[in-house]
Amino acid sequence: MPMAGDSKAEPIVSVRDLEVGFQTMDRRATVKAVDGVSFDVRRGETFGIIGESGSGKTTIGRALVFLLKPTAGTILHNGVDPQALPRKQFQSHRRDYQIIFQDPNAALNPRMTIISSVLEPLELAGAGTKAERLARAQDAMERVGLPQELGERYPHQLSGGQKQRVIIARALTLRPKLIVCDEVVAALDMSIRGDVLNLFAELQRDLGLTYVFITHDLSVVSHISDRIAVMYLGRFVELGPTESVSGRPLHPYTQALLSAEPLPLPSTMRSDRRIILQGEMPSPIDPPSGCRFRTRCQYAQSVCAEQTPAWRELEPDHWVACHFADRPNFSPS
Amino acid sequence: METAHPAERISGAAAAGSRHALMSVRGLGIRFKTAQGIWQATRKIDFDIAPGERVGIVGESGCGKTITGLSILRLLPNNLSGLDGSIMFDGVDLASCSTRTMRGIRGRRIAMIFQEPMSALDPVFTVGHQIAETLRVHTNVSKDEARAQTIDMLRRVGIASPERRIDEYPHQLSGGMRQRVMIAAALICGPQLLIADEPTTALDVTVQAQILDLLRNLSETSKTALMLITHDLGVVAETCTRMITMYAGEVIEDATVDAALVRPLHPYTSGLLRSLPHLSPRLGRLPSIPGRVPSIAEMPDGCRFRARCPHAIAGCEAEQELLDAGEGRKVRCWRFRELDLPGALQHAASAPIAGRVVRQ
Ligand SMILES: Nc1ncnc2c1ncn2[C@@H]1O[C@H](COP(=O)(O)OP(=O)(O)OP(=O)(O)O)[C@@H](O)[C@H]1O
Ligand SMILES: Nc1ncnc2c1ncn2[C@@H]1O[C@H](COP(=O)(O)OP(=O)(O)O)[C@@H](O)[C@H]1O
Ligand code: SF4
Ligand code: SF4
Ligand SMILES: [Mg+2]
Ligand SMILES: [Mg+2]
Repeated sequence: MPMAGDSKAEPIVSVRDLEVGFQTMDRRATVKAVDGVSFDVRRGETFGIIGESGSGKTTIGRALVFLLKPTAGTILHNGVDPQALPRKQFQSHRRDYQIIFQDPNAALNPRMTIISSVLEPLELAGAGTKAERLARAQDAMERVGLPQELGERYPHQLSGGQKQRVIIARALTLRPKLIVCDEVVAALDMSIRGDVLNLFAELQRDLGLTYVFITHDLSVVSHISDRIAVMYLGRFVELGPTESVSGRPLHPYTQALLSAEPLPLPSTMRSDRRIILQGEMPSPIDPPSGCRFRTRCQYAQSVCAEQTPAWRELEPDHWVACHFADRPNFSPS
Repeated sequence: METAHPAERISGAAAAGSRHALMSVRGLGIRFKTAQGIWQATRKIDFDIAPGERVGIVGESGCGKTITGLSILRLLPNNLSGLDGSIMFDGVDLASCSTRTMRGIRGRRIAMIFQEPMSALDPVFTVGHQIAETLRVHTNVSKDEARAQTIDMLRRVGIASPERRIDEYPHQLSGGMRQRVMIAAALICGPQLLIADEPTTALDVTVQAQILDLLRNLSETSKTALMLITHDLGVVAETCTRMITMYAGEVIEDATVDAALVRPLHPYTSGLLRSLPHLSPRLGRLPSIPGRVPSIAEMPDGCRFRARCPHAIAGCEAEQELLDAGEGRKVRCWRFRELDLPGALQHAASAPIAGRVVRQ
């Protein structure tokens, strides 16, 4: 697979031919959750990843911060393989690469007060004095729009969205260089979602943060990202600057995703020409031959079952894996 | 999770509501016991749902959507301290009826589905068993008949080869299929009302589109009313005919989806539309509503949106009522007649969505 996203500056993360496999529960088969993905994350950018659940987004995210060991391929941070570092250095290195998860219930200890949860990573890292840690935790809570008095409550006494904000506050306290954000605004309501997205942008400006933003919400990913990668069944099918991917999608799957997005528009402004894809993504245990999207693709031809489409740069910085993406009039728009 | 008879009731329940409504909620208020004392989570909730109608309940996190839904089936958490008002459903007040009456209604005439289908499905039973059980608890059909009806229902919710799927376990199904199973279990007894709390929030957009389509079609064909709780205005626009907006434990606007989106009457509804990424220029700062929802402890008198409202003036601190705005619309803002607030049309004009809209 050729490299996507070359840049002059050393990328903060560089992924080549990444594969991550899992044993199935009965141990009889291997699921290739990620099956040959290459990309760079450029310093200071927001790299969006979208795709259906089970397509491998979280697995990539976990591999990026070394919560998971890749089965094959390489992941470099600033040109260095963190796994080659001595143990102690590896541990402190990891603090710079944080991940925020999608499930606020799983991430919060039900027996800890909110403020203790926010304080926890700072305490584990032994940062500053007690008063400084508290100030930093309270500042983080303030920044994500959580009233201080919620600090004394327990997770079950908060609404879903409030819990998600606690998780974000907690990761922010460590001031990392890169944050993998896995569905972090999915549970948030609209007015605070705007605030949190603004907050992410603000922190990026102030602290030079880099984000890998994993989400299934197209409006969010296209708002915040500089580039978007579209993932399907363990592979990228499209990658490019946000304007091109969301404005002129080249892959049929991306086109379907865009058209499936529910729009907050009155009936007179909504189109009837939605592409409603049939079924769901096939199981990664036994992925379709050739193009993995072919079982749901309205344009599939016999060649799609026989040959894996090449990863091609059809426009500057805009990559796609589809045999027919360069045909004129192929796109339904 | 069954909550006993409401511990304490304040008001003597307001008027019975519209005669044509399937359900009429009047003066509904929910109070919890917390470490800080009594927590008035919602108050003065009024709304009606007509038979077969699809109503979206939207609002910010914590505004009381879920507990309003749960209160209808009396599934509120144990630290409930009191429930005020009435929930008239076909002549029965669900807020005060006996536990026995409630058992006959819950799951049979009013069903509920949740965001996380996995937590609602029992991992040790097959999907068929779970659906058929619901049916067998509420009706006296035979085992074979229940199985036949279950297969039929699974087919109706779009599960391919239901004869095979019926004997599978929840973990063998994808997220979308589990949500379909939940919908099948909810609809198997032919309820008059389906309460769906964020039913597609955990799903992908392509599967969400299928499930919303399914809910809309099932509601149309079976005349089941739908109360769709969501924070996603897009989901409401795609699925519902009416939209009830809540803020800080109160209903602040009640209108048809089109009316609310085109010409919102409440400054909060208009502000929400403005804050949507769809309707904003890319990478720019998302216009958010300044401030945040006041906490219960510091809830102001009068209009609860006052501190964040760009149109607040003297008089807004007076108690606000849900006012009749004509044409079936209601709004909790006494200035609604003089304010001319922008809706989705105005916002969309300057946003990336404009290109997509024009193209169609
Ligand atoms: N058991 C409880 N004890 C005390 N307060 C509670 C309890 N359950 C909910 N609340 C409070 O009641 C209010 C409404 O909660 P609810 O779960 O209905 O919100 P929601 O509108 O569904 O929010 P979300 O969109 O985040 O799901 C919130 O302020 C919440 O913190
Ligand atoms: N720990 C694990 N063990 C076995 N399979 C896993 C594990 N984690 C993920 N998978 C599988 O890998 C695939 C990709 O999962 P994931 O990365 O979580 O997808 P996404 O984040 O895009 O929803 C799925 O088929 C999932 O079931
Ligand atoms: S390669 Fe074939 S099946 Fe795959 S997306 Fe392109 S047209 Fe569809
Ligand atoms: S009553 Fe006053 S403060 Fe409240 S929404 Fe209306 S104008 Fe704004
Ligand atoms: Mg995931
Ligand atoms: Mg809720």
